Parts: sequence; structure tokens; C-alpha cells
Amino acid sequence: MSLVSPLNKVIGLGSAKEGAEHWWMQRLSAVALIPLGLWFSVALGAMDQLDYSSVVEFVRHPVNSILLILTLITMTYHSQLGVQVVVEDYVHSSSLKIITIVAVSFAHILVAVTGVFAILKVALGAAI
Amino acid sequence: MAQFRLPVNSRVKPGKTFAGDDQSKNLKKISVYRYDPDAGTNPTLDTYDVDMDKCGPMVLDALIKIKNEIDPTLTFRRSCREGICGSCAMNIDGVNTLACLKPVEEVRGTVKIYPLPHMPVVKDLVPDLTNFYAQYASVKPWLEAKTPPPPDKERLQSKEDQGKINEPSACILCACCSTACPSYWWNSDRYLGPAALLQSYRWIVDSRDESTGERLDSLEDPFRLYRCHTILNCTQACPKDLNPAKAISEIKKLIAHRRH
Repeated sequence: MSLVSPLNKVIGLGSAKEGAEHWWMQRLSAVALIPLGLWFSVALGAMDQLDYSSVVEFVRHPVNSILLILTLITMTYHSQLGVQVVVEDYVHSSSLKIITIVAVSFAHILVAVTGVFAILKVALGAAI
Repeated sequence: MAQFRLPVNSRVKPGKTFAGDDQSKNLKKISVYRYDPDAGTNPTLDTYDVDMDKCGPMVLDALIKIKNEIDPTLTFRRSCREGICGSCAMNIDGVNTLACLKPVEEVRGTVKIYPLPHMPVVKDLVPDLTNFYAQYASVKPWLEAKTPPPPDKERLQSKEDQGKINEPSACILCACCSTACPSYWWNSDRYLGPAALLQSYRWIVDSRDESTGERLDSLEDPFRLYRCHTILNCTQACPKDLNPAKAISEIKKLIAHRRH
């Protein structure tokens, strides 16, 4: 039997005074992904053939490389926000939760940076 | 980690069957979750045959008939029997609702009755709502104003402003919504749940209340408010046809609104 009052347990450490930014950015990135996702699928569908040289040519076009980078960053950012919520929902041990959230963030940053580097390398590299 | 199976000592085993009178034509099988904290055994599912020709129409009528005539050990909460006290909230046929408002004939086959999901069980159909009530208390469900009331009359509000609080005021705190919410199941220690948030909203939109900012401050938290993932089980479960999910999203919109 706990001697701490039920209200005291509910109050806990008080409000973190955040969460609005996370919530807002999750919605904002979702909205941004609608045109970006549409563009990506339409652009891929419109390509005559999907062989190596035509994809490289596609990525090298400045408009395409800029939109690709935007899509990649928005997508990994949106995924990061979402996966963090999943971890907070289901992982209850506070140390394991923090370790998992940090690991997930690092993984997403790694994916984003690797992707952007790859796009830039193709876009700015020598033509084939 | 979240626990997806019941602990070994909480798993429901088959229980006793109380056969009814073969002569009656309108027998309904009613299976009820039974748990006796003093017995030290697992919960069971006991089945009763109830003669619906000699019973009122609602599930609560059947439960009262069972307690009066078949098995006096059956334990459940009830009071008003007309959907205004919120005492007889339970899980009937897989849905949280009030036993007094749920007609037996709406259930096909055996009527299965469990306590509200994912709450500690005190006995049989009686859940421990201590944390639920503490969460309600934590949103300060009372008027907070620095402006003193007029000396000779009540604090007035327009009919339009009154209209904003009519619906959320109709909540009877039966806990059907909160205990239907998966987010509340996993995180009820930190997430306030739809019922408490609906009541907080009721005071946030009250034109006479002067603590709107403090109320929003105290809700702006990744767990207290933002654990709501708009699953909408709350709105579907509400036996009073209220919309806690809408109230929660209105709170989120108000918090977003004051940032820009």
C-alpha cells in the first residue's frame, strides 16, 4: 500500500510544457509529404526506362535533386517523430526508453545524411 | 515494455454454470467475469441461464435478477438504473457501456460481461477507479476566476457561450471512454485519458473561467495530452453520445493557436 496520494501520483513531475512542437511538426511534415510523395511517384512513373543511366540523368537535373533531398529529409524527419511516439508508447523503463529514442534519432540522422550525400554525389559528380 | 498478455494469475478460467428452468422458453445465457480477491484463485467466467420472460429488458435488470434469485455473491456497482449516475459501466459483448442502457436483446447469443478493461479489479465487475478520479481532480474541475462575482447576481454568460459547455458538462464520469482507449491502457500513469481531458476542455472553453492559460500550460505535455493518437474509441464507447476525441483535438488546436 503506497502512502503517496493518488493525486500526487497523477501530478508527478508536473507538465513538461512541450509536445506542441512535436505534434505540429508531425502534421506539417505529413502535409509536406503529400505533394512531395505525389511528385516522386509521378516522376518515377513517367520515366521511360528505369536503367542506371536514365536514373542518374534524372537525379542530376537540379529540380529533381532538390526535390529528392527535400523528400528524403521530410520523410526521415516525419519517420523520426513517429517512431519516437511509438517508443514512448510502448517502452516503459525510463533508461531503456531514453537509450532507444537516442538510438532511433541517430539512425534517422544517419539515413538522412547518407541519402543527401548520395544524391549530391550523383548530382554534382561527373556526367557518365 | 508494454505487456500484451495478462499476468498468469489474472488469466480467466472457465467457471460454474447455473442451469435455468428447462420449462421457460426465453432463456438467455449470461456469462459474467468473477474474481474474488480473498479466494486467492484466478478469475473465472460463470454462466447463468436467465429467464427473460420474467426479467426487465436491460443487462442491469438481468444482473440484478441473478444477484437476487440465483447467486447473491455476484458483485457489481449500480445506482440510478437510468444512465445518469455512471455506476454500472462495464464491458458488455466486447463494448464498454452502461448496463442499465444496454438491452439484452441487442446481444446475439451469450451475453459476455467483463469489468472495464485494463483496470485493477476490486471484485467481480467492480474496477478500482482511484487513479481515474485523481486524474479528474488534477484538471481542477471547478471555476477559477480572479474577477469577483457581481454582489447581487450570478456570473453571466451568453447563450452562445453556454452552448459551448452544454455537451462536455453532460459527462457522467462513467470511465467507459478512458478504459476503451489503448493509449490509456498502456500509459494511464501519465496520460490523463479522454474523460479527464473532456472535463478540462469544459473549463477551458467556459467564458467565465479565467485560468484558461494555466489549464493549457498544465496539459501541454507529451504524455498528459499528446498520448492521444485520435484512435476515437472514446467517442465510439461513450454511452452519453459525447465526443471526447473532438474536445481533445480542440485543446491541441488551442495550444497550437496561442503559439502563432
